[in-house]
Amino acid sequence: MSDLLQYVLTGLGVGCAYALVGSGLVAIYRVTRVVNFAQGGLAVLGAMSASTLLAAGLPHGVAELLAVGLAAGAGLLVGLVAIGKPGTSPRSSLVITLGLAVFGYAVAVLLWGDQPRSFPGLPGAVSLAGARVQAHYLLVVAVTVPVFAGLALFFSRTYLGKGLSACASNPYAARIVGINVTRMGLLAFTIGGALGGLAGVLVTPVQQVTFDSDVALVVNGFAAAVLGGLERPGLALAGGLLLGVGQTVVAGYGGAAYQIEVALVLMLAVMIWRSARRPLVEEPAV
Amino acid sequence: MNVAEVTDLVVRYGAATALDRVSLAVGERELVALIGPNGAGKSTLVKALSGLVRPAAGSVRVAGRLAHVPEGRQLFGDLTVEDNLRLGAWRRRERDPAAVYEVLPALVPLRRRRAGLLSGGEQQMVAIGRALMSRPDLLVIDELSLGLAPLVVADLVGHLRELNAERGLAVLLIEQNARLALRLCARGYVLEAGRIVTHGPAAELAASPRVARAYLGGPVEAGT
Repeated sequence: MSDLLQYVLTGLGVGCAYALVGSGLVAIYRVTRVVNFAQGGLAVLGAMSASTLLAAGLPHGVAELLAVGLAAGAGLLVGLVAIGKPGTSPRSSLVITLGLAVFGYAVAVLLWGDQPRSFPGLPGAVSLAGARVQAHYLLVVAVTVPVFAGLALFFSRTYLGKGLSACASNPYAARIVGINVTRMGLLAFTIGGALGGLAGVLVTPVQQVTFDSDVALVVNGFAAAVLGGLERPGLALAGGLLLGVGQTVVAGYGGAAYQIEVALVLMLAVMIWRSARRPLVEEPAV
Repeated sequence: MNVAEVTDLVVRYGAATALDRVSLAVGERELVALIGPNGAGKSTLVKALSGLVRPAAGSVRVAGRLAHVPEGRQLFGDLTVEDNLRLGAWRRRERDPAAVYEVLPALVPLRRRRAGLLSGGEQQMVAIGRALMSRPDLLVIDELSLGLAPLVVADLVGHLRELNAERGLAVLLIEQNARLALRLCARGYVLEAGRIVTHGPAAELAASPRVARAYLGGPVEAGT
């Protein structure tokens, strides 16, 4: 029983990272209709930058924040390349983000090599009802929860957040009232970059990161996001946590090799279920 | 002094010419109708006025603020009525919808409702309210009456008359329902296949056999 509890708590920590990557995908998709496959790469960038900054002697907190800022900036750059040119269709933009993700590999290998990297997180372990969990997993949850709450407030309560929601709801009408939809898309890419970077920074102390860790992150993040049809950050959070817990439980009871399959099976099931109801990716109205 | 002036405007979509040397003016405090059949280029003209399409030739001049009530309402369906209104003021600092509620009091009880769930008439009122949030000098309305019950249209027309009389709002009304447009407006233009084929005072247009036959199903009495 305490084993199960330990797996669940660990899974929640891992799931938070998926949820962050996934909600970044959602934030971008809602506004631009683009699935940003470079999202996992931004997580890797955040993780690697944090390790470099910490090695350079910056204190914890500052290094991580800077790394998240760098990932946000990189997210903006990805957005500029993907949607900056007027008239680029969401499908072309998606392919551009795939290309940038591969390009990101080259940059990461060049800068940080191909060996796994890590840095220390919150030290120690905590005992909860007989289960021992690394304290860092709890930190991950403790950071993710307020971030999600803040995101929800931003989108539902602030004027700028409503502007983003307006672009998501009806981009043509958004242009009519004078909203610069491209600029809002770039803002979404920046937010997505920050969320991806945060995911990378948070998981690195407990899961080593290599240049190609982005695949696992973006597949899991996408699976989490798909649960809400790529539209609902709240469901992305639920999906991420579900995935994280599912994977650690499967791994804990002997199937460590099947972690990514858990995500793929869940994603397939959700997609089949959803497509039976309505098309997942709707054609934008012209 | 005109609020909006379009001179020899040409708009092309690829090889197709949507507007061919169209000229049109809306004066201050003026109610102007633009009528014509489906596909004549009316909506293209509106988009050119709002800067949503780029002209191939000619000029579009808008003095003061223009607000656009697009065809099909085009609300932010997932957001509340109040959010829709507030977003209408995107380019302004003043985002309090109180003034719009004063003009369109029927919106007050709907303010917390999701715009996408309202009736067609209510949605059209929200679309007009959202446009008013930018404190326009000219309101361009694309298909006011489409899909609405006659009573609802009459109510909306009443509001437009009031806005025009009390606040000096100029209106360019694009309508399939020529009878309605020529009753409300003082002046009108007829657009066919991308060209202005005739224009003049609404009374004259309504009396002209050509317009009457094509758009009115016989002569009508013209309004103010």
